[in-house]
Amino acid sequence: MAQPRPLAASVQIPPQAGEAKQLAIRARGLTRKFGDVVAVDNLDLNVARAQVYGFLGPNGSGKSTTIRMLCGLLLPTAGDIEVLGFRIPEQAELLKRKIGYMTQKFSLYEDLTVRENLEFVAAVHEFDRARARKRIDELLERYWLGDLRGQLAGTLSGGQKQRLALSASVLHAPELLLLDEPTSAVDPQSRREFWDSLFDLVDSGTTILVSTHYMDEAERCHRLAILDYGKLVADGSPRELMDALPGTALLVECANPRQAQAALRGFDGVVAMAQIGANLRVLARDGGDAVERIAQKLREAGIEAHVAPTSPNLEDVFVAATRRVAQGHDAAGTRQPGAQP
Amino acid sequence: MNLRRLFSIVVKELRQLRRDRLTFAMIVGIPTMQLLLFGYAINLDVRNLDAAVLDQAQTVHAREIVAALSQTDVMNFKYRLGAPEQIDELMRAGKISAALVIPPDFERRLIVHDRPPLQIVVDGSDTVIQQAARQLAALPIDAALNPGAAQNANQTRGNVEIVNFYNPERRAPISTVPGLIGVILTMTMVLFTAMAIVRERERGNLEFLIATPVSPGELTIGKVLPFIGIGLIQVTVVLVLGLVIFHVPIRGTVLDVYTAALVFIIASLSLGVFISTLAQTQFQSMQLAFFTFLPQILLSGFMFPYAGMPKPAQWLAEIFPMTHFVRLIRGIMLRGSGLGDLWPELASLGLFTFVVLTIAIARTRKRLD
Repeated sequence: MAQPRPLAASVQIPPQAGEAKQLAIRARGLTRKFGDVVAVDNLDLNVARAQVYGFLGPNGSGKSTTIRMLCGLLLPTAGDIEVLGFRIPEQAELLKRKIGYMTQKFSLYEDLTVRENLEFVAAVHEFDRARARKRIDELLERYWLGDLRGQLAGTLSGGQKQRLALSASVLHAPELLLLDEPTSAVDPQSRREFWDSLFDLVDSGTTILVSTHYMDEAERCHRLAILDYGKLVADGSPRELMDALPGTALLVECANPRQAQAALRGFDGVVAMAQIGANLRVLARDGGDAVERIAQKLREAGIEAHVAPTSPNLEDVFVAATRRVAQGHDAAGTRQPGAQP
Repeated sequence: MNLRRLFSIVVKELRQLRRDRLTFAMIVGIPTMQLLLFGYAINLDVRNLDAAVLDQAQTVHAREIVAALSQTDVMNFKYRLGAPEQIDELMRAGKISAALVIPPDFERRLIVHDRPPLQIVVDGSDTVIQQAARQLAALPIDAALNPGAAQNANQTRGNVEIVNFYNPERRAPISTVPGLIGVILTMTMVLFTAMAIVRERERGNLEFLIATPVSPGELTIGKVLPFIGIGLIQVTVVLVLGLVIFHVPIRGTVLDVYTAALVFIIASLSLGVFISTLAQTQFQSMQLAFFTFLPQILLSGFMFPYAGMPKPAQWLAEIFPMTHFVRLIRGIMLRGSGLGDLWPELASLGLFTFVVLTIAIARTRKRLD
């Protein structure tokens, strides 16, 4: 298998040796245009089996389009895709027996009951009556839907709908599960339970590709791809990405964080800032003593502040990764951490 | 094509339909309502037209003619005029729709036969009134004047007597009800299918379905099958109500009626499937369905006689399934024809179905783009 080409402006940590041998998804140069708009731009992807692989990116970054192309719902404008050993889109129909797809919007029938929906999905997958009953009972129990079996799907809560959608997409025990922002309409408690279910599935050998824009969810993935404007801007495990963060995360404690933020705005050494309660979190450029540079800048503005390094989080990685594309493709020269513009 | 999957789609459709109270009510409500509406309210036989008489002859025969025409109840002579200008005046004001003019040389014309003895002036802005006037023109004048000479006069004068074979009492429901089956099926079948298929897309169900092994053929056929049953129920409703309320006869065989209806239902469903490939939303599919619905009703011969249409309209009408169905069902129900007599109409419906369905299937792709 070909080694992934390094993309401009991206942090890419190649998959560990051995993983490449059993890839669930392999895409090269994947591109999709809608008219003049490039929704997905020359994407290379390697997803190992029995992992949770996350797509992190803002709205419109091409997450859904990529997932739809991977399961043959959309034709790519260019690029090669191989999913579970099938060439897509040519062999998409064969693939469809082996994947489960959970759409962003609830896509089961709101005017059917929980049980009727699952019966329909079972029949679609050619389950005979006895096997369908057994499997549906199993799913109703596993996803706490037993008491709701006779309820119309349209009257379920967000979390319940999502559990129903998940049980429908795993009913035929797919090898690969594609989830498009599965938790966007769900409360935190349900989200946690949902992720526990995903790890149960991974334990039984399922590969999961999940898109999200929640940092806490992204952090739970085995491996993560950050998409921005249709480009892959980072690819690696969350830990690796945080370690490779091209900058230093700092915590600024002061009496008036808003004032400090105003003072630092536009300062060349600052990549991003965010107020966290009474503190200001600053992602500073590497090179020299970042702490001292920021403290110096604040002193010049007459602000008394305590600046200290802090451990980087995934949001820092996300901000750093998506920012560079936004600034333009000349950022290729700053691909190495710490490089000055 | 997997039968188990097909069956599961049919079951799913029926379950959804059972919960969709509005559609469910429409299945029986639309035929009932339309039957009563068309049966009672729409009566193309004109009666009691407001009219005027301009009697310039003032003879005994002239007075007899006026009396005879009054008795037909078609014209209600409200005004007796003295001058021709008054006709124009009254008609413009909308006070009369027709006027009977008896010329000063009425007696001479009756004897010499060189010019028509009577003139009826009608308000041409209403086509129905024109038709009524044509009926009046057919009135055998000599018969009115001289009952004994009726037979003879009809032949020599060339006055056309309209002999109504199949609806001698000129009861509108008898000719309306069979065609009405066509109207109702066109309306509901095309609309229901187009909307049912587009609904799947609009609500996002399709995005889930196309990631499963379901084929577009299974999905389409599975969704359309229940509507065949619904269409046959509607046919039954109209036939039974037509028989009970309006005594509309079925002179052919019931089997032929249902066979013709079945072929027509399938043609209409194909049209619905085709529309569903063009529309993105249920609203669009509804608009498109109505777009095909109106010309079918107007040109099929249900409302206006096919023979009276200009050639291009006739060619267009030949394309529409309803034109052929109206001929089929009138033939079977009123003239007692068999399907064997009417096979060209069946063949036309079959051809329509084949062409439209082929285009629709070619346009259906199991993808989102």
